[in-house]
Amino acid sequence: MTPFKPVLLEAVGIPDSYTLASYRNRGGYAPLEGLLREKQPAEVVEMVKASGLRGRGGAGFSTGLKWTFLPKDHPGPIYLCVNADESEPGTFNNRFLMEDDPHQVLEGTIISSFATRASTAYIYLRYEYPHAWNRLQGAIDECYAAGLLGQNILGTGFSLDIYLHRGAAAYICGEETGLIESLEGKRAWPRIKPPFPAIEGVFRKPTVVNNVETMACVAQIARRGVDWFKSIGVPADPTNPRDPGSYGPKLYCLSGHVEKPGCYEAPLGITLRELVDDFGGGVWKGRKAKAAIPGGISMGLFTEAEFDTPLDFAGPGRVGCLGLGTAAVVVLDETVSIVDFLHNSCRFFAHESCGQCTPCREGTSWSLRMLERIRAGQGRLKDLDLLLEIGNTMGMMPGSTICGLADGAAWPIKNAINKFRGEFEDYIKRTNPEGWMVTDPVAALQIVGAH
Amino acid sequence: MIAQGRRVLTNDMVTEIEALSPRYPDRRALVLPALHVVHKALRQVSFDAVVDIANLLGFPPAEVQDTLSFYQFFHQEKPHGRVRAFVCRSISCALRGGEDVLEQLCRRHGVEPYGTTDDGSLTIEPAECLGACDFAPCILANDDLLKNLSPESAATAIDEVKARTR
Repeated sequence: MTPFKPVLLEAVGIPDSYTLASYRNRGGYAPLEGLLREKQPAEVVEMVKASGLRGRGGAGFSTGLKWTFLPKDHPGPIYLCVNADESEPGTFNNRFLMEDDPHQVLEGTIISSFATRASTAYIYLRYEYPHAWNRLQGAIDECYAAGLLGQNILGTGFSLDIYLHRGAAAYICGEETGLIESLEGKRAWPRIKPPFPAIEGVFRKPTVVNNVETMACVAQIARRGVDWFKSIGVPADPTNPRDPGSYGPKLYCLSGHVEKPGCYEAPLGITLRELVDDFGGGVWKGRKAKAAIPGGISMGLFTEAEFDTPLDFAGPGRVGCLGLGTAAVVVLDETVSIVDFLHNSCRFFAHESCGQCTPCREGTSWSLRMLERIRAGQGRLKDLDLLLEIGNTMGMMPGSTICGLADGAAWPIKNAINKFRGEFEDYIKRTNPEGWMVTDPVAALQIVGAH
Repeated sequence: MIAQGRRVLTNDMVTEIEALSPRYPDRRALVLPALHVVHKALRQVSFDAVVDIANLLGFPPAEVQDTLSFYQFFHQEKPHGRVRAFVCRSISCALRGGEDVLEQLCRRHGVEPYGTTDDGSLTIEPAECLGACDFAPCILANDDLLKNLSPESAATAIDEVKARTR
């Protein structure tokens, strides 16, 4: 492995890394000043587009391209929303950035606002990050005092306000239109698209929603250049014209059964095994791994045999997972029951489904109830097919829901059962020796009694 | 409007909410910040408070209640404890014993999950991923993140937060 020096995380461990003075010592805000004076917004959009930066929030859509969807010559206002509602189980990279280097996030936000001609940026921060809130608010206050925010920034004529907005512990607010609805003061029910936020977003104005880490990447592209960014990661596959490549550094969150959980920066394309062994100190307690979540729980599962898959935007999809997601790796050791894993996953999504679309509301809650029944020793082999049917029919991909939450709920179900079917069958036969083969419908009253 | 005059919101709360008003082009966006202001001060947002907020912002109370009820975060009928402990039960914490931490903490304080102790000192709530999986299992108790817990260390850490919060 070639040595890689962290860039996005370079501030971690530096005393007072969160202050303006520390950030300036590391070269921060100099690129912003040059860019505001010398470049046009369209040139900044082109720069980010040329870098190949893909959004770090989970979907991996080209950031520069997203910005070009904004209407040209719009009279304004245009809004930028920074998605800091980091709630995907296993994910905490944004917390690192906001706590240890908030100015890097803010510089990226100011540059992105300039590029998109946004005059107000809202940082939608999840409630559970009080420390990040204080650090960000402190950094914002420093920026206003230093003339980096407010009217006529650094005398360039560009004006921008950045406001923190606090969420209220709802996973769905990380979905970009759910975030917008929540910001508007409503229940966070995702919107039907189109219109996309770039056309009609928050307060019915053109809006861009970008992740915190995406903002940090924009700051580093402005400082180090497009060529630097493109020198890292996995180039586009020349045989596949639809592959935009996976460029740049990425923050990987590593947790679960590893010796050294943490947030680690590596070039996109590191394999899951390299991440676990080189950064995580291997599987804990000298045990073997059984499986791992590759990018937040909604991405599904790798089996141990799939650990050599690269964690770039295309890798997890090649082994049947939903995608790279938030690049949050959670390792399950050999002692973990896959039934317990899936129960935990189903409980999460049943709790977090916003209830707007019936297939998701019912699919997530019934899959949880079935898992509870299986764990109560009343499982039947037929349940596995029914769970797969739920998994295959709820979500944006089968076309039955408005947002992707149900796809995220479906993937762990599909991956767990398809990749570990034998274990499920053994578990059901062992715990329900009398009834595992029954195929009659479960009477509703019996279901109620099972819980 | 349903009610004249304010019943729950203090002048300080109104000032704090109105100070945020220039940030948003639409007063509806103040609903969530207003709920937070009231909830932080009173540890609940009662129906009376909902009516007050609605009157202040110029919406029917039902619309404020609609938003409030979507987020399970806000306590309405009774205030939560002086310490509110979110105990993570999502996958990274569960893999390292988070469910034990939750169960034993509840047993120690004689409450069910989501319950509040009789003296009003502590509410224990199961939470989905707190975004601190590098410190699993973990608890967010008021603004303190309690890290790398065992059932025993969780008990001690919660007692410390309670002692600081009187």
